Amino acid sequence: MDIYLDHAATTPMIPEALEALTTQIKEFGNASSLHTAGRAVRKKVEEARETIAGLLNCSPSEVIFTGSGTEANNLAIKGFYWKAVEADLTCNVIVVAAFEHHATLEPVEWLEEHEGAIVIHVPILAHGLIDLDALAEIIKAERDHIALICVMHSNNEIGTIQPIAEVVALAGTIPVHTDAVQSFGKVPFDFAELGPTSATISAHKIGGPLGVAALILKRGIDITPVLHGGGQERDIRSGTLNAPSIVAFAVAAKWAAEHREENYARVSGMRSLLAKRVLEAVPDAKVNGSSLAMLPGILNITFPGTESDSLLLMLDNAGIASSTGSACSAGVQRPSHVLLAMGLEERDVRASLRFSLGTSTTEAEINLVGEVIAGVVAQVRAATKGAKA
Amino acid sequence: MKVIAAMSGGVDSAVAAARAVDAGHEVIGVHLALSSNPQKYRSGARGCCTIEDSHDARRAADMIGIPFYIWDMAEEFHAGVVENFIEEYAQGRTPNPCLRCNEKIKFEAVLDRASALGYDAVATGHYAIMKESEIGRTLHRAVDPLKDQSYVLAVLTARQLAGAMFPLGDTKKEDVRKEAKARGLYVANKPDSHDICFIPSGNNAGWLRDRLGSEAGPIVDEAGNQVGEHQGAYTYTIGQRRGLGLSVPAEGGVPRYVLKIEPKSNTVVVGTKEALAITTIIGEKPIWCGVPPVVDTEHRGFAQIRAHGAALPCTYTTTASSITAVLDEPLLGLATGQGLVIYDGDRVVGSATVSATL
Repeated sequence: MDIYLDHAATTPMIPEALEALTTQIKEFGNASSLHTAGRAVRKKVEEARETIAGLLNCSPSEVIFTGSGTEANNLAIKGFYWKAVEADLTCNVIVVAAFEHHATLEPVEWLEEHEGAIVIHVPILAHGLIDLDALAEIIKAERDHIALICVMHSNNEIGTIQPIAEVVALAGTIPVHTDAVQSFGKVPFDFAELGPTSATISAHKIGGPLGVAALILKRGIDITPVLHGGGQERDIRSGTLNAPSIVAFAVAAKWAAEHREENYARVSGMRSLLAKRVLEAVPDAKVNGSSLAMLPGILNITFPGTESDSLLLMLDNAGIASSTGSACSAGVQRPSHVLLAMGLEERDVRASLRFSLGTSTTEAEINLVGEVIAGVVAQVRAATKGAKA
Repeated sequence: MKVIAAMSGGVDSAVAAARAVDAGHEVIGVHLALSSNPQKYRSGARGCCTIEDSHDARRAADMIGIPFYIWDMAEEFHAGVVENFIEEYAQGRTPNPCLRCNEKIKFEAVLDRASALGYDAVATGHYAIMKESEIGRTLHRAVDPLKDQSYVLAVLTARQLAGAMFPLGDTKKEDVRKEAKARGLYVANKPDSHDICFIPSGNNAGWLRDRLGSEAGPIVDEAGNQVGEHQGAYTYTIGQRRGLGLSVPAEGGVPRYVLKIEPKSNTVVVGTKEALAITTIIGEKPIWCGVPPVVDTEHRGFAQIRAHGAALPCTYTTTASSITAVLDEPLLGLATGQGLVIYDGDRVVGSATVSATL
């Protein structure tokens, strides 16, 4: 019995996207070539770009394909920063939400260490939303020096959806980048209406292939490239376009959009059921993160008195895949910076587990988790007794 | 049985895990992260903590076909092994951290967690043999005398032995490498670990100097006359001859050796080879690998004081808190802090930490 509750890490490809990928991968050609073979591939890429742009309510020229969400975030962060300091050396402040994904925090930290960036973290409120008042204060104090504000659209560990429209309003003319990797295809995400300067989306979180993502960057905004080469994507991103994956990305995105409401209802129903089953089985468990708007599939739970790496091991033994947050390059688990930013005690952070559900999750699977969770938690509590608090 | 295979990323623990699977056990591989900042140790010695090692362990588990996890034991390792190591040196003793690691980490922290999670044993790539006999489970030397690691396991109690599994004790190292190759484990040719794993540079003196400071002090002869100066007493070992940098030559030019380290007065005492000779070793905090010997009674056996040292014939007596071994032949130089391990033939009786020599 394999129960996959780690859809926030990656999702199985939907059959339509797999079909599109395997069909296009047999088509030979470089989308940048000027001959017939090249034009045929280019046509498919542009159709995919238009599809994705339509779903985001942005212009096709605003879609810059990249090799990963991490690359798109790096491009936005370094690109905006370099552009800003090139124009004005004192415009070197990056404002970033404290609970961003590592794909945002790490490039920001890199700029701080190597390029003289001044980084200001926006605090997170206990329920998992950024502190807008604190952000307003930061903007008021630093307005002319801020190169970029980064606030993710939804948090990948706790599922809360952030008030990006308010962030954009506070920012005024300051660029705002939002990582929408977990949101795109699952909850409404209208680039034009919401108004950020740039956004990151990714294929493999919505049933598309690994290795393709996009930076959505407002028309007329010019940022400094990270990868230099043929300038394939608006002279902002170089590298031969991964046409088969781009085509499959569009298919998955279209499927997600067409089924969004039913998927949302189904997955969020499963999430509620899982929360109910877990809390019935482990009454002192606590759900982390709540906001009016939530991602449908993310459920982060603290099981007091446990260690989450042992929980993960025992659940994995029982055929249930879950996640403990992030690990360092040697694979050692690190306490979640997201939960720490929300003010949880470190021992509770170490006792927290993320389940992330997808469209393939069934009620039978949820019930099975409900049946085994009490035993697993009891056993891990025994193993944790006397361990580091 | 349900077995946790501790996988360092080396060839021995990989083959041990594979053998546990072959024996029909339900096995999961666990790599112990012993440094809170593994990247720091990236270019260091093998044995623990490097990114390469955790990767190798994961690949070995993949090839064997078992689940694999990483357990963060950095805090336990630091408190139980590294701090003890520094403290012992500060006291003028020379500790063996591998003994402490087996005692406190592999067969305590890991075994306790494994037991609580419903696992019956921890399997490691140590070369040692366990036998079942009328006195219960006993620990013995491995068949390969060059690889025998019973010495570093002599800190395990009967309870810990009950939860241990050493699948390699009956095999020679070269055959383990051949087996690894035959099994397709690419760690087959990985070099053995040698140095202290948490001192990747191999420069123990420099590492200790960084942590204990470096205070120069006198080197004196047995009569108390200063014959030189040292740059930190704890970087010397009893029996050490080289690198003393003595300024006053000895009478007749006989070589001199470190006889004693006195941390309180920060003094290193040197003397002749004859003065180094000892016949009695006293160890404290004994640990019995199974049934303890009858106290206050003379027993014949062997004493071993280094991981791959000789088995020295001796007569030993024990109390609840000590072991006294009287050697048949004198021994030149033994640092306090080292592990004294008593054997009865090839069986490990127990161990103690050397506290005094006569």
